[in-house]
Amino acid sequence: MGADHHGPAKGLTRWLFTTNHKDIGSMYLWFSFAMFLLGGTFALVIRSELFQPGLQIVQPEFFNQMTTMHGLVMVFGAIMPAWVGLANWMIPMMIGAPDMALPRMNNWSFWILPFAFTMLACTLLMDGGAPNFGWTFYAPLSTTYAPPSVTYFIFAVHLMGMSSIMGSINIIATIMNLRAPGMTYMKMPMFVWTWFITAFLLIAVMPVLAGVVTMMLFDIHFGTSFFSAAGGGDPVLFQHVFWFFGHPEVYIMILPAFGVVSEVLPTFARKPLFGYSSMVYATASIAFLSFIVWAHHMYTVGMPIAGELFFMYATMLIAVPTGVKVFNWVTTMFRGSMTFETPMLFAIAFIILFTIGGLSGLMLSLAPLDFQYHDTYFVVAHFHYVLVQGALFAIYCGVYYWLPKWTGHMYDETLAKTHFWMTFIGVNTAFFPMHFVGLAGMPRRIPDYALQFADYNMLSTIGAFITGFSQLIFVVVVLKCIKGGKKATDQVWDGANGLEWTVASPAPYHTFSVPPQVR
Amino acid sequence: MLRAQQRRRLMAGATATAALFTQSAVTIAEQSARSDENMRVGVTDISHRVYDLHMLSLWICVAIGVVVFGVMFYSIFAHRKSKGAVASHFHESTKLEIAWTVVPFIILLFMAIPATKVLTDIYNADDAALDVRITGYQWKWKYSYPKEGVEFFSSLRTPRDEINNLAPKGENYLLDVDEPLVIPAGQKVRFLVTAADVIHSWWMPDFSVKRDAIPGFVNETWAMVPEPGVYRGQCTELCGKDHGFMPIVVRVLPQDEFDSWIATRKEEAVKERELMAQTFSMEQSMERGKGVYEKACASCHQPNGEGIPGAFPALKGSALAMGPMEGHLDIVVHGKAGTAMAAFGAQLSEVDMAAVITYERNAWGNNVGDVLQPIDVANFKKGK
Amino acid sequence: MPTASTRNIALRLGAVAVGMFGFGFALVPIYDVMCKVLGVSRETINTQAQFAPGSTATDVSRTVTVQFLANNDGGMSWDFRPQQFEMRVNPGAMNNTSYYVRNPAHRTMVAQAIPSVSPPEAAPYLHKTECFCFRQQPLDAGDARDMPLQFVIDQALPADIRTITLSYTLFDVTGSATTADKRVGVAN
Repeated sequence: MGADHHGPAKGLTRWLFTTNHKDIGSMYLWFSFAMFLLGGTFALVIRSELFQPGLQIVQPEFFNQMTTMHGLVMVFGAIMPAWVGLANWMIPMMIGAPDMALPRMNNWSFWILPFAFTMLACTLLMDGGAPNFGWTFYAPLSTTYAPPSVTYFIFAVHLMGMSSIMGSINIIATIMNLRAPGMTYMKMPMFVWTWFITAFLLIAVMPVLAGVVTMMLFDIHFGTSFFSAAGGGDPVLFQHVFWFFGHPEVYIMILPAFGVVSEVLPTFARKPLFGYSSMVYATASIAFLSFIVWAHHMYTVGMPIAGELFFMYATMLIAVPTGVKVFNWVTTMFRGSMTFETPMLFAIAFIILFTIGGLSGLMLSLAPLDFQYHDTYFVVAHFHYVLVQGALFAIYCGVYYWLPKWTGHMYDETLAKTHFWMTFIGVNTAFFPMHFVGLAGMPRRIPDYALQFADYNMLSTIGAFITGFSQLIFVVVVLKCIKGGKKATDQVWDGANGLEWTVASPAPYHTFSVPPQVR
Repeated sequence: MLRAQQRRRLMAGATATAALFTQSAVTIAEQSARSDENMRVGVTDISHRVYDLHMLSLWICVAIGVVVFGVMFYSIFAHRKSKGAVASHFHESTKLEIAWTVVPFIILLFMAIPATKVLTDIYNADDAALDVRITGYQWKWKYSYPKEGVEFFSSLRTPRDEINNLAPKGENYLLDVDEPLVIPAGQKVRFLVTAADVIHSWWMPDFSVKRDAIPGFVNETWAMVPEPGVYRGQCTELCGKDHGFMPIVVRVLPQDEFDSWIATRKEEAVKERELMAQTFSMEQSMERGKGVYEKACASCHQPNGEGIPGAFPALKGSALAMGPMEGHLDIVVHGKAGTAMAAFGAQLSEVDMAAVITYERNAWGNNVGDVLQPIDVANFKKGK
Repeated sequence: MPTASTRNIALRLGAVAVGMFGFGFALVPIYDVMCKVLGVSRETINTQAQFAPGSTATDVSRTVTVQFLANNDGGMSWDFRPQQFEMRVNPGAMNNTSYYVRNPAHRTMVAQAIPSVSPPEAAPYLHKTECFCFRQQPLDAGDARDMPLQFVIDQALPADIRTITLSYTLFDVTGSATTADKRVGVAN
């Protein structure tokens, strides 16, 4: 019965109306990559201006639009949809399910996004320009002093939020209800576990983001004073509500990465993941703790000392389960039999570079030290390490890992390794010097800087351009792999285990129409 | 008569400034050493402790990295298939999980305890000898000494030409202001930080002081700088287009020099009020007005008066700048609600206000021909 | 067709999402409660304290320095200054001072003064029985006024607080003023 009688529809309508998790996964991935290139272009405008002291390329007003849009597009348009794309492709296959639990809602979840981001991108052309108040949009800069496009920004955020919430409901329902017989929770692959937990985080906090932008909308258009002292409100309230969303949001961006690395390492070390149950509990601990640390983004607002200390201790605590995960990965590698194909290169680079980002995070968690780090390039270095060398590298890791399964062909390993090494050199050249200029005193979100910061800024810009152009190699690798290449086996990688490696490569349009029995 | 009085005022100001500058030759050498890669040690007891804690946590992180990456690199080298390594199958150990949960927790205590102590001390702003109020504006700072009744704005002094690459950049590019905050050495100074529009943040890296300036609220923090010197910082909260162009300079003077400085400033405030009763010629107004315009208006309305279409209106050839004086005065003094045009009546002295309006009415070919006097501004403000 | 169980899960998670949206709004009063619990409540400094002179003894064994600051929000052009910068008071005693305000514009304007106390831990111990911040202040063009302020420092003020700074920021609320007394903050 496994043969597929009804292949996919033909033409544009296939993509508009598809309810197939593989199609939808592919659309999410292509969309996220396009957004990545758009956000990356904004970054190159930023880095071009920062190549040298002085204002050469853009005016400060436009520079602020670039930093804002870069953050918004990368967080909501590139990283998050990429993870949803990988979830869509892989979760049903990994649990032996025929598709997602709610296939039509799945389609809507995707198609909201191009609409939302077209609207957001169009704000660049509006009177007063695009949002220019940072991706963290603190009030009252984002309310009383915002350009007219702020209303479209709020609308776009609502749409992205709805997409995420619907996607998360789908993921949870799928994982809870559609696991193949015999696949208990503690037998699920780590990628499934991490996404399961991430989906709960999303449902909990995206509505709070919706709430805070709604409050902004009311303050701007309906005369309320949530965030304005004049009417009895408080700008700091904005920060509390925003970061209540914002901190779990960064864990939303990284937990699936932990999952991917936990899949890839055992395959290429040819050894089971060390400490599976600890990994599950550590992920759950991180998710729980992520709800009670938000004000470490606000150490300088003048919180009472009891609050400051609470958030400091809670934030430091997150280092413990995160460390547990890193140690478990290293122990997975230890006494394995390793080969270093591109997915493994990205996974190993993830562990090293994400750990560096995590350690700078530990330094940032110390409130008195943060008085010197806050809103400097030290913070910019930290979050780019965990988001670029962390989340983005893990996305590339997963894409290379599963690409043969999707296309039926092995990708060009030499080109892929070139992509890896060029990117590795580029991102570290771009972001490591930011630790230095941050410690030396350079603030964030400035289009021009004092002369002592010039050398490292020039270096960062060079690294940024290397990174940017290296992603074109990735495009070539993917397109080439789709068109052809060495035929991939079902298992693809000789150390691979899991239900997704029991189906043919390329995976048939419909897989596991009959659920497999899992022992 | 006027010229003599003006000259006397300028002499007083110049003497005060010269006194500060003769100090600077000595004090710049005492400025804390700056690194291009690391946090500064700074010049206060708190900043030293913060630096020490920073180095402690840095070394702990380096040690953790060395251990973890060391094991990894060893493994990458020794446990590769191409070297014939055969994979083991061990995949769990409760003892190990407990060990690497407890040990990191203990390491965290070594950081949390000193951090708590430093933070508690930073939070204790009591018993200060001097209170200074710091107000963040778009895009400058206002410093006031409420007890002494002295108040002034502190704006970026770096010329726009340097920023726009039309002139070579000076040594303290983007870190220089016209009027630094002045405080005495060896005394605990309390900073009361607030803002007048959006959130800003006042950062003095050499003191390890950073506090957000929040409109409608006052935050307090403090510093005790033992030795005189000149210290520079920047705004550290995105506050609009010139967020990167509102630096902070603090000049720390020995107590006796501080006392004479503030006495001079009090005197100057009185003299300023006297000056208001004076009349200025067109040339005097234009000269002074150009300076005020460049500091307070040019960032939006542009040095050539042409503004930025769609964002900031042009003053060159504008109906307002060439029309009735009252309309022109009204918008500059009271601002325009719902726009970025702030109420400069609270920010410019009567003398400066008269000069800048005269300048706007006569520059760039506007040539209206009238000269506004400080007394007119004062009367306008009084509603006459 | 989704199974009953899937629909069940989806509806329950949808309800959670809606609930969390409400929770976001609930964070507004929760924030006020947390501020109160941590002893930095703004609520008390904006509401009229019920206090009768002589009803509690004055603590003459200690003095507290109370400082007064006046700030203008960016768009506000009024003259606004305290009658005095600081006064030394005994906890328990009733104190009087005032702030001078003048409207230099050519039109009637309405202002709202928003108080802020430093250190924030002192806020619950500063009881104002009469304050111009309780209501909006209209002023005709060119008019000036002395606005009274009457307050008591609670004797329970922690011993380690020796200086309290009371700062007011004046905002222009002409556009959103109501004719009735508009109390700002939580009603007493």
